Amino acid sequence: MEFALKFLPLAILIIPLVSFLIIIFFGKRLPRQGDWLGTGFLFLNLFLSLYVFIAFMSLGNYSITYDWFSLGANETKFTVGFVVDQLSAVMLIVVNLISALVHLFSVKYMEGDSKYSKYFAYLGLFTFSMLGIVITNNLLLMYVFWELVGLSSYLLIGFWYEKKPPQEAAKKAFIVNRIGDFGFLIGIMIVFYFIGNFAFSEIFSGISSGKIPSGWLTAAGILLFCGAIGKSAQFPLHTWLPDAMEGPTPVSALIHAATMVAAGVYLTARIFIMLSADALTFVAFIGAITAFIAATIALTQNDIKKILAYSTVSQLGYMIMAIGVGAYSYGVFHLVTHAFFKACMFLGAGSVIYGMHHIQNISEMGGLRKKMPITFVTFLISTLAISGIPFTSGFLSKDSILASTMAFGSINGGITIIIPIIAFLVAGMTAFYMFRLVIKTFLGEPRNKEKYDHCHESPLQMTLPLMILSGLSIFFFYSFNPFGAEGGWFINVLKSPESLLVGTKGAIYHIVSREEFHEALHHAHYPAMILSLVLAGLGILISFVFYFWNKVDTEKLKKALNPLYKFSLNKWYFDELYHYTAVSFVMGLSALASLFDKYVIDGIVNGAAYLTVKLSDFGGLFDKYVVDGLVNFTGGTVWVFGMILRKFQTGRVQTYIGFLVFSIVLLYFIFRWI
Amino acid sequence: MEITLYHYLTVGAILFSLGLYAMISRKNAIMILMGIELILNACNLNFIAFSKYGGLGVDGQLISIFVILLAVAEAAIALAIVLNIYNNFNTANIDEVDSMKD
Repeated sequence: MEFALKFLPLAILIIPLVSFLIIIFFGKRLPRQGDWLGTGFLFLNLFLSLYVFIAFMSLGNYSITYDWFSLGANETKFTVGFVVDQLSAVMLIVVNLISALVHLFSVKYMEGDSKYSKYFAYLGLFTFSMLGIVITNNLLLMYVFWELVGLSSYLLIGFWYEKKPPQEAAKKAFIVNRIGDFGFLIGIMIVFYFIGNFAFSEIFSGISSGKIPSGWLTAAGILLFCGAIGKSAQFPLHTWLPDAMEGPTPVSALIHAATMVAAGVYLTARIFIMLSADALTFVAFIGAITAFIAATIALTQNDIKKILAYSTVSQLGYMIMAIGVGAYSYGVFHLVTHAFFKACMFLGAGSVIYGMHHIQNISEMGGLRKKMPITFVTFLISTLAISGIPFTSGFLSKDSILASTMAFGSINGGITIIIPIIAFLVAGMTAFYMFRLVIKTFLGEPRNKEKYDHCHESPLQMTLPLMILSGLSIFFFYSFNPFGAEGGWFINVLKSPESLLVGTKGAIYHIVSREEFHEALHHAHYPAMILSLVLAGLGILISFVFYFWNKVDTEKLKKALNPLYKFSLNKWYFDELYHYTAVSFVMGLSALASLFDKYVIDGIVNGAAYLTVKLSDFGGLFDKYVVDGLVNFTGGTVWVFGMILRKFQTGRVQTYIGFLVFSIVLLYFIFRWI
Repeated sequence: MEITLYHYLTVGAILFSLGLYAMISRKNAIMILMGIELILNACNLNFIAFSKYGGLGVDGQLISIFVILLAVAEAAIALAIVLNIYNNFNTANIDEVDSMKD
């Protein structure tokens, strides 16, 4: 058992990397382009992580640290290492399970794609990066894997880069994430400045001994959370996620359920115990705002994947909000349950898109339950789960979150009352828009007869993951009591750690202890449950009235609420807002920089070049007239003398004799006179 | 008028000059050879004159005979060469015989 905790986490981390390396280099030469290799490795990984979980249950937390390198005069040590605790043990299973099922689903979905093997390689890389975030025990390494997740999401969102929209979406996802990552990096630096170490255990013990002043602690917490805002698509950086739908649908399932967006929530959960009261309040409000905005946008969208994307953003807001109000266990619990039913929905949407031959607009669907019974049933179960209907996993986690927000509101009072109100509103809206999607897609009469007739149920490779995932949306996997997660084994495993800052003064809202919070939670449990059920039921009812029984003319309603409808349909004009502010500002700045480059830098370079040319010209002239002149003069002189002297060299002996005689006579006279 | 050494030497000098002139100015190889003969004979005349008036005695006459022999041999060889030149170049003009010049 000890062995399982010592080596298996590393093996689990390395296996997807090996899969990536093999497929990227030899994929084309492997039979079936290596899809069996990636899928097989991931299923192996799944079994290993189940074993790690079992080992963790019997042995408890395990952490191992290796020295990496040291730096500077005082030999600051950098370490690498991994940790198996309740959070990472659970996440290992979630990530590997969903990744394995997505691999399996993709085998059929991506069949015949020209970059089939590359796709599986990227999936491996994505899984590797996410597993790295999950098991690492220090911030520096987490940042490295964090960026790797950014890279691999870029590769997968822009997988069909031959077309323009995926390119744009990939760029957007990457750049928007960079903004969040910048805050994350600054947060890491603040922590490192005060603690001098990146390992979580050192950081936490440093904080509890008060090494970070409270103001800095709040700043560090909020800045670290900025990373989560980017990766988990929280307001105001949520705009990348709906655009990321341009990637292949199984990739959306992976991004939305297991890998990328989960990373942000995971990070927030990791640093939960070091977040100060102010930081936690900030986190809670960001989560609530995100949940609300995304839910209102999802009400009016018509693209099946866009609705699911906004629903994901909204649910992520829920998780973040839950952690923000102090309900650590329920936030992570919702992350897990949501991962399963949202992956199921995305793969279900993939199955629908596959069956409908790439139709994504739900107003062209309808009546698909007869053609795709398995997809319909699994999708319905996930929808019930996300709407918070009893006997599903979603009910357990969502209800607990709602109760926590109520407890939070009642403890803190004042403006924080908004958070439970938003949470309940979002619960109602979620039920409404999800059932709108189900009714428009699967129920009623087919609206596009031609496409409907060609539609067919997907093969087993695609429906099997759906069945497994919808099965995991049933309550008894998490708790035997269908009406409350409290006391279930899962919540016991995910026991909330006590914050390091319990009772610290100086914050607007003071952090209460775990026991105190649970006391308030206990009181809020039943009212929250009843209220949430009423709201979810109301949402579903309205949805049926609108779209199934057609009692209300939705077109008229649209006209009556035109400004609101437009506002929601256009996603609160966030893209436009960012386009006219941040994007145009950056573009303007770039244009300015480009002008500077063009006229100043290029001017200097060109001036230098011009000067050099002129100097060279002068040098050339000097060479031509002075140096060459000297050489030619020498040559010319020799030539002239040669021309003169060759006259004497006639080659005739008689001439020579003539000279001989003449010279003798000359010599005679010379000697004579001397 | 008594004939003295100077008369001989004068005649020798004139002969020498004529020979030299023929050697330098003639184009024909035969003529050049004849100029050489004149120079040799001018020498002979000087040797004879010195053997009579100077202290050279009978040696001068002997040298003259050697020179005559030499001239004969030289003439024979030179004429043979000229004959060959004529056969090859169809001329005895030495200006035209310049195939080694290039």
